Amino acid sequence: MGIRIDRDKCTGCGTCESACPFGAIKVVDNLARIGEGCNLCGACRDACSFGAIIIDAPKAAAGPDDSRGVWVFAEQRDGRIKGVVYELLNKGRELADALHTELSAVCFGHSVQGVEELGEHGADRVFYFDDPAVEQFQDDIYTACLVDLVREKRPRILLAGATAMGRAFIPRIAAILETGLTADCTGLDIDAETGLLRQTRPTFGGNIMATILCRERRPQMATVRPHVFKKGAPRAGRKAEIIRMGLDGKPKSSRVKILEFIEDVTERIKIEEADIIVSGGRGLGKAENFKIIRDLAEVLGAAVGASRAAVDEGWIPYSHQVGQTGKTVCPKLYIACGISGAVQHLAGMQTSECIVAINEDPNAPIFSVATYGIVGDLFEIVPMLTQRIKELRGL
Amino acid sequence: MEYFFTEQQKMIKETARQITEERIKPVRAELDEKEQFPWEIIKEIAKADLFRVFIPEEYEGLGGGSLDLVLAIEELSRGCCGVSICYAAVALGTIPFMRFGSEEQKRKYLPKIASGERLAAFGLTESGAGSDAGAMKSRAVLDGDSYVLNGTKQFISNGGEAEIYSIIALTNPAKGSRGASAFIVEKGTPGFTFGKKERKMGIRCSATCELVFHNCRVPKENLIGKEGTGFIITLKTLDESRPGVAAQGVGVAQGALEEAVAYARQRVQFGQPISSFQAIQHMLADMATEIEAARCLVYAVARTIDSGATNYTEEGAMAKLFASDMAMRVTTNAVQIFGGAGYTRDYPVEKMMRDAKIIQIYEGTNQILRNDIISHVYKRKGMRP
Amino acid sequence: MNIIVSIKQVPGTTDVKINKETNTLIREGVQSIINPFDTYAIEEGVRLKERFGGKVIVITMGPPQAESALREAIELGADEGILISDRAFAGSDTLSTSYVLSKAIARIGQFDLVITGKQTMDGDTGQVGPGLAERLGVPFVAYVSKVEEIADGKMRALRLIDEGHDRVEAPLPCVMSVTKEINVPRLPSLRGKMKAKSAKIPVWSAKDIGADESKVGVAGSPTWVAHIFSPKRERKSEIFNGSPQEKVTRLCEKLQEMKVI
Repeated sequence: MGIRIDRDKCTGCGTCESACPFGAIKVVDNLARIGEGCNLCGACRDACSFGAIIIDAPKAAAGPDDSRGVWVFAEQRDGRIKGVVYELLNKGRELADALHTELSAVCFGHSVQGVEELGEHGADRVFYFDDPAVEQFQDDIYTACLVDLVREKRPRILLAGATAMGRAFIPRIAAILETGLTADCTGLDIDAETGLLRQTRPTFGGNIMATILCRERRPQMATVRPHVFKKGAPRAGRKAEIIRMGLDGKPKSSRVKILEFIEDVTERIKIEEADIIVSGGRGLGKAENFKIIRDLAEVLGAAVGASRAAVDEGWIPYSHQVGQTGKTVCPKLYIACGISGAVQHLAGMQTSECIVAINEDPNAPIFSVATYGIVGDLFEIVPMLTQRIKELRGL
Repeated sequence: MEYFFTEQQKMIKETARQITEERIKPVRAELDEKEQFPWEIIKEIAKADLFRVFIPEEYEGLGGGSLDLVLAIEELSRGCCGVSICYAAVALGTIPFMRFGSEEQKRKYLPKIASGERLAAFGLTESGAGSDAGAMKSRAVLDGDSYVLNGTKQFISNGGEAEIYSIIALTNPAKGSRGASAFIVEKGTPGFTFGKKERKMGIRCSATCELVFHNCRVPKENLIGKEGTGFIITLKTLDESRPGVAAQGVGVAQGALEEAVAYARQRVQFGQPISSFQAIQHMLADMATEIEAARCLVYAVARTIDSGATNYTEEGAMAKLFASDMAMRVTTNAVQIFGGAGYTRDYPVEKMMRDAKIIQIYEGTNQILRNDIISHVYKRKGMRP
Repeated sequence: MNIIVSIKQVPGTTDVKINKETNTLIREGVQSIINPFDTYAIEEGVRLKERFGGKVIVITMGPPQAESALREAIELGADEGILISDRAFAGSDTLSTSYVLSKAIARIGQFDLVITGKQTMDGDTGQVGPGLAERLGVPFVAYVSKVEEIADGKMRALRLIDEGHDRVEAPLPCVMSVTKEINVPRLPSLRGKMKAKSAKIPVWSAKDIGADESKVGVAGSPTWVAHIFSPKRERKSEIFNGSPQEKVTRLCEKLQEMKVI
């Protein structure tokens, strides 16, 4: 199974039993026994002060690693490359440099703007499948083309944005290639000793961070949420080699057909792109009270966000939700009103440059990440703030 | 106390409790405020198979006994008496033909009630005939193959929302206690309309309506049992549903106690939570004790019915009397423990107190029940075996 | 319609913390529950069965205690449950999990639809669904928020994407993951509870499903957890004091410094 108890070292102290998040260890007759629920997470091994728990690492890769290159899936929509791609290229460049290898981008679309400029963001090469047939997301065609290309060129690392498109077809690629995929990574770096990609991500709703390795299979795949990494400054004039790819022999269409797109017509400013976000949470009490959030957002030219509690109550649509199961945002200024700051929410906004928290509970976890905090009644503070800003801006 | 419930009873309690916690509590204040019939919750209750509890198995029910129904009503009442009376009134309206109806009637109506597709109601009370049911004026006259029904019923729970009504009307005024009959009347029958919907002190989400019959033709087949059995059906129906009414008292009192305990623990005055003051502790202890006493009495009556007892009028009356008076005391004390805050609509206890009042009044006022009880006590000369 | 719903039993709370001194997980008597997103999957399966007729089979890969999750699913309206359990499966990542589930579904036979929840509460990856679809050779539709119609062997549905919704059409059989928007899960019914109590839940081992040992458990999992740690939260916080007016004034000063105003 990969995990063993060294009988000579185990004292039956039970520390491992308490440490296991899956309740998979029981101490019976003064000896720890690993049961069915074991996930090999290693919490027990780290907890044991006697070194009595051994987890066998999977066999080391047989033979040298002949895969080369860091690849980034350059997602586009409506002919424009998505913001997350630039963030991935910036990080990808870092990884490629650490491995002394090249950074390539793979793009499907037709007359996509910005393909030429991908070089300025760090790409050395772009595999461009330029064809009207793939202008819209066709998951079967994208999958078939990308799998063939990966098998031919054998990249060492493949990164993609954890977007709706990324979630739909990237796992399929990993399944076909029988390689490892880590979703929603918040950290990527190269291990100095082994050259492996260390993929760090939140688990248990963000309460625990895990670092994951894909030791043998290639490519090592990872998806990353938008706004987790920074875009970096483009290097003007830097050129990438654009290689035009054909679709010959690939399926002409996808089994899943897109009939129409229904836009989410809610707010004018999209929260992912906003520089300033004002968010409301459970503390607002009811849907109508979102008005005070909107009022503040309006005088600041900000977008409106929400915690999951507010969305679950039906006070505001899901497209405004910030957090582990909502959107990840990284604005210059994030103002959280009546939001307690549960880990799942923090996971979606804690990289914001400046965080302001307004909450009547001085012990609310949000204050631990806030740059500036006001302990007070949001129904008093927020309108007052709105009014003051109006005065200062001469509105 | 451990009551050693059967598996089915435990499941019923769990199911009803989940509905209370997840569906009733979040919306009870709003339903009370808006006086809205809780259709969404009724649908959940139906989907959870709770209407099947009191219907026999051969008609797609679960064949539950008195205690099964009592447990369901008690748990729902812990959430809101308004919702629980919507549920319990269906049982009340079903008992007349479930116990005394023909095979055809049962097969026609019971399955739809079991699935919760159709609600039922019981129409006895009139403006001039409350405790004095015998003073009713509604008339049913046989004409060819139907009875022509004329009259107005008052204060009918589920009135207007239910589709199936058990109506008591006089078929032969001269015959006194043998002069009434029971009928099944469906909503939508020409001549059957609804009148005033009452604006009430409590159980405000429950629909309490007038039923108006004007030359309403009811098919002969809808007569329940034989002509002249109307009053006896009424008495037996009310006897059978009385433990359920008592269960409402137990449930609402239990809910009030829980709220009061939670509040007392976090309300700090004079540097301490008020739960540490003996005055409050003694109030809460008394509340807990009388709730348990009422519960024991109600369960005992239910179990005695389930064991086959046929004569339980006195005990049923005692259970309803005791549980409802207790509920009024307990909910009043709960408001007292909450203090000024409890008097506001921000907290659930004032509603519980308003809801509890009706339990002392309907299904036999506590004064009439005392009359019933004393007649039995005197007959036995106050003795017990 | 033959509908298969794949669920996972997870710890009842994500409030798992790390003991700062020992860098190990602290877990306090945590109950196991059905992954919340999977309850939407079960409910949708049951609703589709009620609408179009058929059967709902719930499956899960897990330790023996996961059987209680299957019984819960039957309380919620599923017809049958199958537990896929074997010590060999321990340490599985999403790749080997989707392999095991696909072998189990192959043993079940014909199906029209496989439904999963959008992601699990503990792993949060959402990768099993697409991997499963790939192995079964059927299409995958992610984040379905409404099933509009099923007719002529095709499903028309709304799926949630970043900017709004797509209306898509997918041929059946297919695999889909569902979001919370899709329905409100019902509460367990009495008949459901009774059915769940007496239900016979078969347990399928690796051998029963013909799983290749090298593709399950640790051996079949390309990824493995090298290290776990508590998220660090380092940020200098300044909490303003004074009257509400003073606090708002101080904040506005800071906002002006930041050139926000």
